[in-house]
Amino acid sequence: MASYRDKSGRPVVVVTGMGVVTSLGAGKTENWDKLTAGESGIRAIKRFSTEGLRTRIAGTVDFVPVDPLTSPALASRLADMAAEEAIAQSGVGTKGHFPGPLFLAVAPVEVEWPQRQELAKASGANEAVTYTDLIRAASSGKFRHFHERFMFVSVADGLASKYGTEGAPISLSTACASGASAIQLGLEAIRRGETDAALCVATDGSVNVESLIRFSLLSALSMSNDPPQGASKPFAKNRDGFVMAEGAGALVLESYESATARGAKILGVLAGCGELADSFHRTRSSPDGKPIIGCMRNALDDAGLTPDDIDYINAHGTGTPENDKMECLCVSAVFGERAKQIPMSSNKSMIGHTLSAAGAVEAVVTLMTLEHQRIPPTINYNVPDPAILLDVVPNVARDAQMRRAISNSFGFGGQNVSLVMAREPA
Amino acid sequence: MAEAPHEAWITGIGILSCLGEGLDAHWQGFNASKPIIDTETFAPYIVHPLAAIDFDKQIPKKGDQRQMEPWQRIGTYAAGLALDSAGCKGNAALLGHMDMIVAAGGGERDEAVDGAILSALPKAARPDMFLNEHLMNDLRPTLFLAQLSNLLAGNISIVHGVTGSSRTFMGEELAGIDAVRIALARIRAGQSDIALVGGAYNGERSDLVMLFEFGDYCLKGEFRPVWDRQQADGFAIGSLGAFLVVESRAHAEARNAKPIARLSAAASGYAKRGPGATKDELGRLWSKVAGAVRPGSTAIISGATGAEPATGEEKGFLGLHPDLPVRATGTLIGHGLEPQMVMNVALAALAVNRGKLFPPCGGSSFERPMEGALTQAVVTGVGHWRGEGLALVEAVG
Repeated sequence: MASYRDKSGRPVVVVTGMGVVTSLGAGKTENWDKLTAGESGIRAIKRFSTEGLRTRIAGTVDFVPVDPLTSPALASRLADMAAEEAIAQSGVGTKGHFPGPLFLAVAPVEVEWPQRQELAKASGANEAVTYTDLIRAASSGKFRHFHERFMFVSVADGLASKYGTEGAPISLSTACASGASAIQLGLEAIRRGETDAALCVATDGSVNVESLIRFSLLSALSMSNDPPQGASKPFAKNRDGFVMAEGAGALVLESYESATARGAKILGVLAGCGELADSFHRTRSSPDGKPIIGCMRNALDDAGLTPDDIDYINAHGTGTPENDKMECLCVSAVFGERAKQIPMSSNKSMIGHTLSAAGAVEAVVTLMTLEHQRIPPTINYNVPDPAILLDVVPNVARDAQMRRAISNSFGFGGQNVSLVMAREPA
Repeated sequence: MAEAPHEAWITGIGILSCLGEGLDAHWQGFNASKPIIDTETFAPYIVHPLAAIDFDKQIPKKGDQRQMEPWQRIGTYAAGLALDSAGCKGNAALLGHMDMIVAAGGGERDEAVDGAILSALPKAARPDMFLNEHLMNDLRPTLFLAQLSNLLAGNISIVHGVTGSSRTFMGEELAGIDAVRIALARIRAGQSDIALVGGAYNGERSDLVMLFEFGDYCLKGEFRPVWDRQQADGFAIGSLGAFLVVESRAHAEARNAKPIARLSAAASGYAKRGPGATKDELGRLWSKVAGAVRPGSTAIISGATGAEPATGEEKGFLGLHPDLPVRATGTLIGHGLEPQMVMNVALAALAVNRGKLFPPCGGSSFERPMEGALTQAVVTGVGHWRGEGLALVEAVG
């Protein structure tokens, strides 16, 4: 019988429910089938005109109708779908009462262009429109719903209300590591003994015109528009940027003890988490890789493991020249000679980069990888990069025996978070 | 089983507002008790403008300053003050394992670009293409980074070298309430030794006046203390920066750091808002600290905003504790959303450290003078729309 406490005497934390939505589809089954078939969810953007833009593709979730469409409204809907799937699978709590707090990774929220245009029109300004005009329209009382929609807390508010999570929900952003940070906060709360369960959700519905252009102006996005499915090329020599995408991931975390007591099926173990911030640059990693190396080592230490215990690496693998180079360099430093033998794949080759959601979406996929003992591939790997000597599971899914995996998430602003997951309690 | 909770001290404070920067300026400002307001820039709306700050003093590289919008500069500056105050500045080994939780909103707009696009869009032959073209050409690439919520933390890492961890909480007032709560919970549980926690707000932004005016929350017309705005309720947005260094007593003693105050408790709540709900939620949070409160030497530092019905609900709760003097700091420094709770914890720490309470804010009749010694303060935070919080700050020794 495995222990309810880890080597450090803390409660062991397990996963009892998972949900996922991506451009590949809704739910674990559809996503898993397509991920292991090497299918891409990247497509031409239809939501708004991309005329004149350098990047015209994304992993949009177009099959979920939201009206009126705003990023927080879509993020809310995606989070709801993922949370519903996770809670249903877990069976924890009762309808309308989840017995623990909500940790939500969500993109920053702001008023968008359609609303700005609506306000400008309502203001009656007919020549130069200024914020004075917009404020006049805002104060008419006709746009009260905009206040609620564009509060940062609004996405969490809907989830907390529907699922009846306990206490105040925490909304957070660590940029592209946000999903992993949400899981980390849940893990820590259970380890502190504050709760036996936590609902960790990460969501992103940010493919709107200004967000796309902002990333484009930073030269971060792939411009391989045709065919869209070939654009996301992590680790390949011809990689040219990431592909923005939408989605959500949700995990129900529970103490192993309470999950066992209620007879819940254990989907996997959240064995450890590490983080370390980078002070080098706003968008680039420290060239010596120390923060990323330290982050992965912190996660292994936290799990009470060594590099030899890891059988699979779920890469951050965005497909930007810089990220993939640094991640491989740092994996080589942490895992040494063994690095070449550990399979490492990027889900983003198929899903795209779901930004705030990625850390949780990929944690779900990592746990499915351990469950099925099958590794989703890194697709679009057609031109090997001689500088990258790792096994990136090119193009075709592969069966493998795996007990433990590490999943990396890195973000602008020097954010680094790594999660260590195990198939079953030690 | 878990060991006994670690005691947590506040060993550093960095604050700036319309009253100036640092503890002394705020002590003087709160004792003078004269609100500093700007009634013209955003007329008829009232804001509390940031005092003149020489940002070079904490952000020496102009290149770093150029990469930030004002809210990030305010926060990075306040974080630097806090690190100075805690004696941590420049100590690479210490900063390399210091945890960080930032409570942040986001993105400042380029108002000129927004205005120009909105003016021309209705006349454009092909509005979609016009919008694409102008966003591509007119948005500064670095503006995005100056808008991203987590880039205040990112800038603090770059400018001050805090890298142990970096987490950004969002969600308006609740972000700051939970930033303090989680930083304290981690230290008490031994998950963290030392943490930089805080936030920043640039209240002098038209897009924010617009955002809150959607819900009719902005104070306009005549200025009154927050408790006295029933006839024309609302909050005056304030520019604020507030950071604390919180650390375990053992960690502080090992490096000979002196406590400003003890952070004894921090709790957050989430009332299902409706008549009476916020009052009840504050009561529930109060029950977590009630046993430690010593009437006669305690005051309440309130984060009341002046917006209804939240402020009325808090007033109702405070009416249950008529023996405790109250100070709503928002009367003097305005409402700064995310950093408000951190600022009020800082002001509470300042007051218990000086051993006395400052006079009623802005001459509010709801606040009564306190003569005796002050040894502890309960800090409240009630979000204008969502979220409630409470913290207990106590004198050490």
